[in-house]
Amino acid sequence: MRLRQGQFSFLPDLSDDDIRVQAQYAIDHGWAVSVEYSDDPHPRNTYWEMWGHPMFDNPDAAAVVFEVNECRKEHGGKYIRVIAFDSTPGWESIRMSFIVNRPATEPGFRLVRQEAAGRVVRYTIESYATREPEGLRY
Amino acid sequence: MNEMSNPKMDARKRYSAGVLKYAQMGYWEPDYTPKDTDVIALFRITPQDGVDAVEAAAAVAGESSTATWTVVWTDRLTACEKYRAKAYRVDPVPNSAGEYFAYIAYDLDLFEPGSIANLTASIIGNVFGFKPLKALRLEDMRLPVAYVKTFQGPATGIVVERERLNVYGRPLLGATVKPKLGLSGRNYGRVVYEALKGGLDFTKDDENINSQPFMHWRDRFLYCMEAVNRASAATGEVKGTYLNVTAGTMEQMYERACFAKDLGSVIVMIDLVIGYTAIQSMAKWARDNDMILHLHRAGHSTYTRQRSHGVSFRVIAKWMRLAGVDHLHAGTVVGKLEGDPATTKGYYDIFREERNPMALENGIFFDQDWASLNKMMPVASGGIHAGQMHQLLTYLGEDVVLQFGGGTIGHPHGIQAGATANRVALEAMVFARNAGRDIWNKGEDILRDAAKTCTPLKQALDVWKDVSFNYASTDAPDFAPTPEVSM
Repeated sequence: MRLRQGQFSFLPDLSDDDIRVQAQYAIDHGWAVSVEYSDDPHPRNTYWEMWGHPMFDNPDAAAVVFEVNECRKEHGGKYIRVIAFDSTPGWESIRMSFIVNRPATEPGFRLVRQEAAGRVVRYTIESYATREPEGLRY
Repeated sequence: MNEMSNPKMDARKRYSAGVLKYAQMGYWEPDYTPKDTDVIALFRITPQDGVDAVEAAAAVAGESSTATWTVVWTDRLTACEKYRAKAYRVDPVPNSAGEYFAYIAYDLDLFEPGSIANLTASIIGNVFGFKPLKALRLEDMRLPVAYVKTFQGPATGIVVERERLNVYGRPLLGATVKPKLGLSGRNYGRVVYEALKGGLDFTKDDENINSQPFMHWRDRFLYCMEAVNRASAATGEVKGTYLNVTAGTMEQMYERACFAKDLGSVIVMIDLVIGYTAIQSMAKWARDNDMILHLHRAGHSTYTRQRSHGVSFRVIAKWMRLAGVDHLHAGTVVGKLEGDPATTKGYYDIFREERNPMALENGIFFDQDWASLNKMMPVASGGIHAGQMHQLLTYLGEDVVLQFGGGTIGHPHGIQAGATANRVALEAMVFARNAGRDIWNKGEDILRDAAKTCTPLKQALDVWKDVSFNYASTDAPDFAPTPEVSM
């Protein structure tokens, strides 16, 4: 399967130049761009590991591409995403998020069903990869 | 316009038994300056032949506040000057003979805090049937911050909705399950699964899907949640389906909403026809239960569509932001349903902005401060398809749910293919916009390029390439860009 999180997961994988162009869009809007990585792609795993702080005062998206590549050197077998934070009043949240690196294979998710009373089913989604301990996945 | 200007009558004469003109009773005050805490309503009035516009405006002020048809001495037991609504300005509507814009100010103490029912009982109560008027339309309202702050506002809001769904930087995608009537629960869930797996974020019950002989509500909820969870596992995304909890009583609605919550749904849905108080109750329930609340505006066109009579949708939008829904349909501009571009922009601004400056070209007559109430997510639905993505993104922006019902389910290669076509078209268009391309003029090229690596998109573009709905709008703003008539 292909993890469909992020705003461009239905497009072909982004090139470094694509990443630069999209990161520059964020920077030009005054948003702080950040790089994060994870080996736990569960849709409700909110907190991926931070590859350093959000780049608050960086005017040039080339620096984002540089950090993505540095992160790839260490975590190239994991998911890496670029996100952009907007501190504008009334937002103060993420405005962009897109995946820039994927594991070589994506085994996907198992849907666990627990039959409960009244035909109700309790659902749990588990990433096949997270059966292994952190660091040994993918 | 103003030969009757504010006759300050001697009190004994003013309150002697009999009938006075409304203007003479104090409902016309051309020198009045509205207070920051006043509620202001702008009505379009069409007086009966021979009825003076100022007297008609005063009558509207009177009948929507304290007046009755005759003088009553009991007024004198009250601070009646305060409780009288005050018509303070009447302008002829540009290019519409016989119609006038009447500005009326209401003291804040006329209204119960936090009650749309109470507000509307005055503002659109008896007055709409008043005989001296041929027609009456509530065009806009200014809601003072002091009053706005008495309402909860959207239960979740755009920001938190995105955080819960983990979707940023692009419009959300949805589809209404079709056919709207007749599918069994099992068949219905199939549509939900295919559409969500194919790339949509949401599917939606239609407004009249409640609990009918062909599909009772529990059955629908159970099959839909199977579909939602299957699709979530297949894509690694948070998915949702708007489970319509509209029912005949509040007790039934709470029962259905609680069941949806127990099943793990992120969103429930209600119809506008349940009424303002029921909407406010569900909004409070949604806030208390971490639920996104979708409102389908079923029935609104019965009073929003005609230019001379009824209530403008922009007013309904303002009331719904106060009442506390998260999603509300607001037009597509390019689809099959009513929607002049300038007017629709006004609606979207009311949904999504912290503050609306006066914008007569968009039908917004007043500055409106939303006092940190959450933003509502507009929903664009009705006759739209992937081939219009550049127009939709340009007109509607990023914080919107684009709902392609027929445009997903009607795809020649199935529902999943339809969903994928829409998602690829959307992502490609957002990518191109962010990269600085001119999507308005190059939109079709961008879609064709994206279709090179996405067969479902190519098929969608081929099937629907000539579909558009170009009809004259029945509800466009009336304004003339000259201050003396439009300010």
